[in-house]
Amino acid sequence: MKQFLFFVQKEFYHLLRDPRTMIILFGMPLTQILIFGFALTNEVKNTRIAILDNSKDPVTAEIIQQLEASRYFDVVKNIKSNNELEPAFQQGIIKLAIVFPQRFQYSLLHENEASVQMIADATDPNVANTLSNYATAIILDYQNNMKGQVEFPYTINTEVRMLYNPQLKGSYNFVPGVMAMVLMLVCAMMTSISIVREKEMGTMEIILVSPIVPIHVIIAKMVPYFLLSSVNIGSILLLSVFVLDVPIQGNLVLLVSECLLFTVTVLGLGLLISSVTDSQQIAMLISLMGLFLPTIMLSGFMFPIENMPVPLQIVSNIVPAKWFYFIVKTVMIKGLGFKYVWKETLILIGMTIFFLVVSIKKFKIRLE
Amino acid sequence: MMADTAISVKQLTKRFGAFTAVNEITFDVKRGEIFGFLGANGAGKTTAIRMLCGLSFPTSGEATVAGYDLFRDAEKIKKSIGYMSQKFSLYEDLTIRENIRFYGGIYGLSDKEIKSKTDSMVQQLHLQEQVDKLVKSLPLGWKQKLSFSVAMLHQPKIVFLDEPTGGVDPITRREFWTMIYEAAGTGTTVFVTTHYMDEAEYCDRVSIMVDGKIDALDTPMELKRKFNAPSMEEVFVQLARKAKRGE
Amino acid sequence: MDAAVKVNDVYKSFTNGKVEVKALQEISFEVNRGEVFGLIGPDGAGKTTLFRILTTLMIANKGDAWVDGFHVVKDYEKIRNRVGYMPGRFSLYQDLTVEENLSFFATLFNTTLEENYDLVKSIYQQIEPFKKRRAGALSGGMKQKLALSCALIHRPSVLFLDEPTTGVDAVSRKEFWELLRQLQVRGITIIVSTPYMDEASLCDRVALMQEGKIMKIDSPKGIIEGFAKPLWAVRSANMYRLMIDLRALKEVDTCYPFGQYHHVVFKNAGETLEHAKQVMAMVSEVNVEIRRIPATIEDCFMALMRR
Repeated sequence: MKQFLFFVQKEFYHLLRDPRTMIILFGMPLTQILIFGFALTNEVKNTRIAILDNSKDPVTAEIIQQLEASRYFDVVKNIKSNNELEPAFQQGIIKLAIVFPQRFQYSLLHENEASVQMIADATDPNVANTLSNYATAIILDYQNNMKGQVEFPYTINTEVRMLYNPQLKGSYNFVPGVMAMVLMLVCAMMTSISIVREKEMGTMEIILVSPIVPIHVIIAKMVPYFLLSSVNIGSILLLSVFVLDVPIQGNLVLLVSECLLFTVTVLGLGLLISSVTDSQQIAMLISLMGLFLPTIMLSGFMFPIENMPVPLQIVSNIVPAKWFYFIVKTVMIKGLGFKYVWKETLILIGMTIFFLVVSIKKFKIRLE
Repeated sequence: MMADTAISVKQLTKRFGAFTAVNEITFDVKRGEIFGFLGANGAGKTTAIRMLCGLSFPTSGEATVAGYDLFRDAEKIKKSIGYMSQKFSLYEDLTIRENIRFYGGIYGLSDKEIKSKTDSMVQQLHLQEQVDKLVKSLPLGWKQKLSFSVAMLHQPKIVFLDEPTGGVDPITRREFWTMIYEAAGTGTTVFVTTHYMDEAEYCDRVSIMVDGKIDALDTPMELKRKFNAPSMEEVFVQLARKAKRGE
Repeated sequence: MDAAVKVNDVYKSFTNGKVEVKALQEISFEVNRGEVFGLIGPDGAGKTTLFRILTTLMIANKGDAWVDGFHVVKDYEKIRNRVGYMPGRFSLYQDLTVEENLSFFATLFNTTLEENYDLVKSIYQQIEPFKKRRAGALSGGMKQKLALSCALIHRPSVLFLDEPTTGVDAVSRKEFWELLRQLQVRGITIIVSTPYMDEASLCDRVALMQEGKIMKIDSPKGIIEGFAKPLWAVRSANMYRLMIDLRALKEVDTCYPFGQYHHVVFKNAGETLEHAKQVMAMVSEVNVEIRRIPATIEDCFMALMRR
């Protein structure tokens, strides 16, 4: 037992005495959360648009007033003719143009129909869609208000309720994703590097030719990173709640347990990587390319899995982060209980056992 | 600078922060000389060599290597010198022929020259059977001899050898020194470091670095007389024992 | 079994890419308890591979070996509990201090520095002033001493030292061997590998290895006595010239530079000084000094290589 504790102590010394590692392990989670939470967002605000009013009547004036008041739009005032539109788009001055044709009010009142043209810069299709949706919503809003003054026999009103995240805040999405990424980095990459480093330095030889049992070596290597991850999870959750305003709706104990489970899963992955290579560089490469990247792409946190082609959807099932992401969203954001995530939890447990068993079996007690 | 001084060093110094690795060393090496550059580990030898090869900028001092100034013409120096060390050798996963072609290309030799040099090198080292085999299949002794030949490929004026015979069997070691003698005989200046004290005896002159400074520089015979020592090993031990950097 | 180490007909080869390397062939020898046994040979001789097989880190393709009476494959755990091993490259933890390294390795073997202090005292006293310094900041000689202490700390019955003096300057090498001799007095069997031929004379017995084979095993004295012919040391003003001339003579078998002298062996054994001087007269150099000397291990090694 003393052997084991000393080994763990040694691992802590290595960890704490390497400033670069410390920056990665502590600095990264913090910066990621802050960057994702604040700087990066799928929402689009204060976008520069142009409004070309060829009609200049009270109706267009009112619609334009609504558009200008919206926090999504920043109207560039000095576009006054069609000719100025194209250069404005090309130079990137505007991303959307709303054009009212001549005699807009007249058409509306006398022909019961008027059209508004929207031209969007679709080099980023997502932004184009979002912008035109916002503008359409504002115009429809006006139309509804207008309708209130006239009686129509049948109207269909659509009421939209955004569940769990009424303000449509992007950060709700990102917190579970960032947690997965950070744990991947800390547990998989750093653990595998730590084990491989012993091999590269030659100290693994001395450790092997000693009474210590290999499994104790493995566990001792995992302990510091497990503890570190717990600290990271704690700080991410605290930041989410107090800085990003992402509340924890569900059971905290359940949430933390699932996070710890995922930590062990990823530690197992790190172990597996270390058993296939003797070079720190390769371990790092495998961690980044083979784990980190698929986590970002295929866990569902950046891109919806349902939109992917079927083969990729199948592949995403072997990415542990995908299940973890689902669990965290369900528990933290939706506030649901264990009975909604037991299947996914079981899958994670299965993966964990698999990784641990395989890596322990593959752990080389000799040099070849 | 006289035409037959190959290397001229004056007060050359290299500092890394507060640590002075090389402390105002001054010496000359004559053309065609076999100059032994000795010193304990950490004495500053490797740092000094790197400066002379144009790999590291001195903190202060002057030096001229192969007629070029160290500060102004570092790139020209690289074209006129060859380098070989125990660690730096040839590419293990290329064949002998490919290695020669590669280095020949780097030094700007024409295809014809590369071919003729390959043939003569292979002939001299009796490597006809192995010329198209990977270098990693060669025993160490052959690799070192081959490395030396490749370092000499472009007929450099000066060749720097950093512990070239480390770990090599005793017969190959001596064959290697025969190659060094032959090179010096054709006018190439040889600047060599070694841990084998018997090899120090083969040099025309030897310098011994201790704690960043040159504590002794003379012919082996003179050094033995000065230090009243029966061998170069004894001279070295006397000087190295005083070193403070061994802590 | 009373031998500390017994090796029987061991073979080991590796595949490096498409190349097969025969690292060890037909290796058989025994090491007696309490001996200082040297494996002498250049890089590629197979010394490290042999050590790895004996310390149970690798398995031979063919053959058996026993350390301290235990078989290296069947009883590998028992061997791992009782031998000391110092691999090449001073494998220590660079970012741990001297003290921390020692207590780590002691604890690994379920012991403490205090328990076995008498064993490492002579070495430890030399590094004690630096005990709070990180191992990475030590000089080569100090690292060596620390590595030796870490290998000894658990009082092993057999100590394996793989090229402990390589890459270290002449002064530190001498000091290291003095330490080893002190250890031997305490009854530990020590097996050392080294490429330096002159260190062979410091061992009780040596095995001369070259390209995976053992050329000869004997005490240093025995090996030297086995040198077949008389050896002559010659010297003149121009040594290079002298060597060329001598090698051209048909009476000369071998002529190798050995620092201040060339070592010459003539083709006909039983040479007298007069005959030797006659041969010397045939070279262009004048004032050639010549005298008979006993062979060194290096001379013997080279003669064995040529066979």
